[in-house]
Amino acid sequence: MSKDWPLWEVFVRSRGGLSHRHVGSVHAPDAEIALRHARDTYTRRMEGVSLWVVPSAQIVASDPADDAAMFDPAADKVYRHPTFYSIPDDVKHI
Amino acid sequence: MASLPPIDLPRGATGAGAFDALAEGGENNVLFGFLLRLGDDSLILGQRLSEWTGHAPSVEVDLSLANIALDLVGQATHFLNHAGEVEGKGRDGDALAFRRDVLDFRNCWLVEQPNGDFAQTMARQLLFSGWQKLLFQALLGSRDATVAAVAEKAVKEVTYHEELAAEWVIRLGDGTEESRRRMQDGLEWMWRFVPELFDMDPLAAFVAEHGLGADLAALRPAWDRRVRSVIEQATLRVPADQRPILGGRRGHHSEHLGHLLCTMQFLPRTYPDATW
Repeated sequence: MSKDWPLWEVFVRSRGGLSHRHVGSVHAPDAEIALRHARDTYTRRMEGVSLWVVPSAQIVASDPADDAAMFDPAADKVYRHPTFYSIPDDVKHI
Repeated sequence: MASLPPIDLPRGATGAGAFDALAEGGENNVLFGFLLRLGDDSLILGQRLSEWTGHAPSVEVDLSLANIALDLVGQATHFLNHAGEVEGKGRDGDALAFRRDVLDFRNCWLVEQPNGDFAQTMARQLLFSGWQKLLFQALLGSRDATVAAVAEKAVKEVTYHEELAAEWVIRLGDGTEESRRRMQDGLEWMWRFVPELFDMDPLAAFVAEHGLGADLAALRPAWDRRVRSVIEQATLRVPADQRPILGGRRGHHSEHLGHLLCTMQFLPRTYPDATW
């Protein structure tokens, strides 16, 4: 039965102030059931306060064959990291 | 073990006889019986649902059903531990769950019914969780602080159970020809056990009058509205009322409960020293 159901990617916001993070996927016949399946599969141990589900078919992914052109040029440009600022202790999650 | 209780005495007769003993035992004795009803409903349905583990239509549904089962067993633990305290004979929730015989269980017939197929399980869940939600909402005002506190925690759980069951009833009813047939069959099978949920027998009337329990009959209109609305959305028909089956609240059960208890109680009865 489940092989007939489309796949949905699941994103969980673990606490207020944090971004949603990809945690996995579920099978479900439609969006509402996908949310419930995501709730029952990925937040049963208090992992989250908010859920997103997205049809996996809607995800556009980069091609691994293009990795060199896509990602290697960033490898030697450390000056792009904003490591020279001092961040106050009170500021979390940056 | 208790002896087999009489089946469906005329209403006047039960009021005059059977519950005099309860009244003599005082309010605590009645409260104990009331807590057994609450705890046993959750316990037995939790055990039933756990039978789906590893057998559900998909791993996601497997988890949904196991989550509901765990919520229910958690409620049962609270209610039965409290029942043991009220009884005052040194029994805790585990003793009441695992060392009690079938005739001493006070759950309704609906929760002990076999799972059948997934549609039948969802039919039972919709009917039961819809009732339990209204019951726990009413129990928020119980004079018993523990009952009120458990109800407050549990009402959120059973609201989710009811919504999930409603979603499935609607999808299966308004689905394929086969899912529609199975969903209608599931509702027809479970419908005869509905009147017992709202039955105001002497104990239910006593706890309602004394501010411990809820007026069950008063919950019926809201339950009817909700369940009928779900069945309508599912494009199914509301089953015709059948001859009601009563007796679970007095320990008169279907043959299914004994088999369920065999599985559930086997380990602690065989190995009394086992810990977990």
